[in-house]
Amino acid sequence: MGVSRGTEGGELGCFASPAVVGDALGEAAYLADERISSVVFLGQRLGKPVLVEGPAGTGKTELAKAVARMAGMRLIRLQCYEGLDEAKALYEWNYKKQLLRIQAERTGGAGELADWAELEADIFAEEFLLSRPLLTAIRAADPVVLLIDEVDRLDVETEALLLEVLSDYQVSIPELGTVTATQTPLVFLTSNNSRELSEALKRRCLYLYIDYPTPDREQQIVLAHVPELSPVLAGQVTGVVRSLRQLELKKKPSVSETIDWAQTLHLIGATQVSNQLVLDTLHVLLKHQSDIDKAATELAAAR
Amino acid sequence: METILAAFIAELRAIGVPVSLSENVDAAAALQAIPLTDRAQVKSALAATLVKNHDHYGAFDLAFEIFFGGRPPALAAEGTPNGSGEANGAGGKPGHGTGSVLSRLTEEELNDLLYQAVAGRDGVLVTAVASEAVDRWAGIEPGRVVAGTFYLYRTLTRLDLEALRSRLRQSADGEDLSGLARRLAEEDQDARVDAARAEVEAEIRRRLIADRDAQAVALTLRRPLPEDVEFLNASRAQLGDLRQTIRPLARKMAARLAHKRRHRRRAALDFRRTVRKSLATGGVPVDLAFRKPRPAKPEIMLVADISGSVSAFAGFTIQLAYAIKSEFSRVRSFVFVDGIEEITSVLEAAADITTVTHRLNLGTSAVRLDGHSDYGLALETFWDRWGGQVRSRTSVIILGDARNNYHASRAWVLTAIRQRARHLYWLNPEPVAAWDTGDSIMREYAPGCDLVAECRNLRQLRSFVEGLD
Repeated sequence: MGVSRGTEGGELGCFASPAVVGDALGEAAYLADERISSVVFLGQRLGKPVLVEGPAGTGKTELAKAVARMAGMRLIRLQCYEGLDEAKALYEWNYKKQLLRIQAERTGGAGELADWAELEADIFAEEFLLSRPLLTAIRAADPVVLLIDEVDRLDVETEALLLEVLSDYQVSIPELGTVTATQTPLVFLTSNNSRELSEALKRRCLYLYIDYPTPDREQQIVLAHVPELSPVLAGQVTGVVRSLRQLELKKKPSVSETIDWAQTLHLIGATQVSNQLVLDTLHVLLKHQSDIDKAATELAAAR
Repeated sequence: METILAAFIAELRAIGVPVSLSENVDAAAALQAIPLTDRAQVKSALAATLVKNHDHYGAFDLAFEIFFGGRPPALAAEGTPNGSGEANGAGGKPGHGTGSVLSRLTEEELNDLLYQAVAGRDGVLVTAVASEAVDRWAGIEPGRVVAGTFYLYRTLTRLDLEALRSRLRQSADGEDLSGLARRLAEEDQDARVDAARAEVEAEIRRRLIADRDAQAVALTLRRPLPEDVEFLNASRAQLGDLRQTIRPLARKMAARLAHKRRHRRRAALDFRRTVRKSLATGGVPVDLAFRKPRPAKPEIMLVADISGSVSAFAGFTIQLAYAIKSEFSRVRSFVFVDGIEEITSVLEAAADITTVTHRLNLGTSAVRLDGHSDYGLALETFWDRWGGQVRSRTSVIILGDARNNYHASRAWVLTAIRQRARHLYWLNPEPVAAWDTGDSIMREYAPGCDLVAECRNLRQLRSFVEGLD
């Protein structure tokens, strides 16, 4: 089903091959490894949503944003939370406007009840439809990236809402009929893995697990975000972070925290990571007191 | 390609990774979109379409190595059957040249070369040396149905990775490093030595696959998914993996239990308020009134055997119970071998349950005499000391293999507990077939329990906890 995109091949040149995707993402300030770029490529090529999972702070949301930047597409974002419903995710009828329309009809006088059928057809027209992120993405005329963020926060029942959108890129509105996408949006779903997503949802998606990056790649990421830092210091930064991630902590330092820490070191003008310096700035990397204590004793033991 | 894909998917299903038909179709479509000559891309395409759970990646990686990493591309293209003699020259794809040069080196020189390769981060050279070492020392016998651990052992006695590690350490000692820098350097060295070892393992696997075929090798190398690893005979590495999976698992289970509780609020009809309301509608009860749902959070008492054989199981179960304790009004834990002790406060004071479960076996009064479990005595002591605190909202869960070392069973205690408690469950980490063999007296205890469940792996433990109420 997916390869119906031939017509727009020109403007989507950045999806030519996984390597090209990787380079283009790099230009959009996102350092993708081989796996990430090849899954993004496949998602576009097969026309399938990409489900991105992984620990917090490894750049899942950022990936979708970067893809939008790289391809020059509009980003439509649906932030999920418990209690999100159809009216917030798909569409809603503009009830007030409909009411106004009916009243306007009545004050207009003439043949009131005679053309009820006409009126009914009228108030359930597109004009009175408030489109929410999912419908907006489906109806968009220009190519868009749809980001469904933290999909694991959604109730199990609401998750089913997504299925029609994700598999057929269409929304059925009882009063209007089925709205089908004119172009297939690129869809990214992110999840922090706080609950098991349904098999039905997983089956419709490509799966990408973004783990903590390798030290080398993390060093590149740090340097990309804090270019003023010396490569040696960046190497030490990622070394310390890797060392910390090997401990059993409540919350391991994320990539964004690594970047924050590198920024901190840059600001205080450090040239060398020393034991004392790490202890003094540990609170940038770790956010639980028990974790900080544990890391401090571990590092002290390294002497 | 289709046949190998089909075989690969069959292998994944055999391991227990759920692969649906539509995912199979996706995988085939994905393979058409990418160049099949690029192994890394084939791998990520298959991973993205077939595996939808991060815990299954380990099994996937191994299976992929077996099915798609078998022969060096050059050989695969020629389609020659790869006999052990031929493997010599073609060991490293960087070229036959290095292969023949390497074969002239002495054992010492080869070890030396490996050191240089690892120190200089030369991945290609590491592969070449690993291949040469396997040629020389593994002594692979064609046709033997083995998993290759012995070949690995034989290779590594000659290709000395521990010596390599200490040489790396020494070279680092030369530079004057602070404590932190040394620690970082050591971790880096360990990672590189591990990588070299993995390279040797991969090389042996390649030879095995060349010798027999992928499906046959997959059968001998197959490793269970983390959730299917049996508690009783898990290796240390597997236990480590389990410990990694248990926290996210617990989080998911807590979410599921909370959801279940929220959606099962069916409370009783409040008759008085219904009648009172009906007065407004002339005595016709149009609106029914219900009692407020009481948050039915059960209290859990875990009574765990922590004698050597089953301690890992007890540790995991206690850890899991604590991780989801928000779903219970209270979790109390008791451990026993032949004496019994409450450890609730110990666990609550500790920052990290894992550290406590490690120490469980040491120095508690759970061991009174000789350290052989005595279920009868432990249960009776439990009943005497804490039996009065078992209430109608308490679920008592006993964890153990019921191997009583021929002591008296005192099974009447269970009947007594069950009469007071809401439920009495017994989780046994042994397979059902092993119950009542030897000194196991499950049959005597079973009638006293509401439910006796086999609980050999995380999957079973999980389905038990999710059924709790």
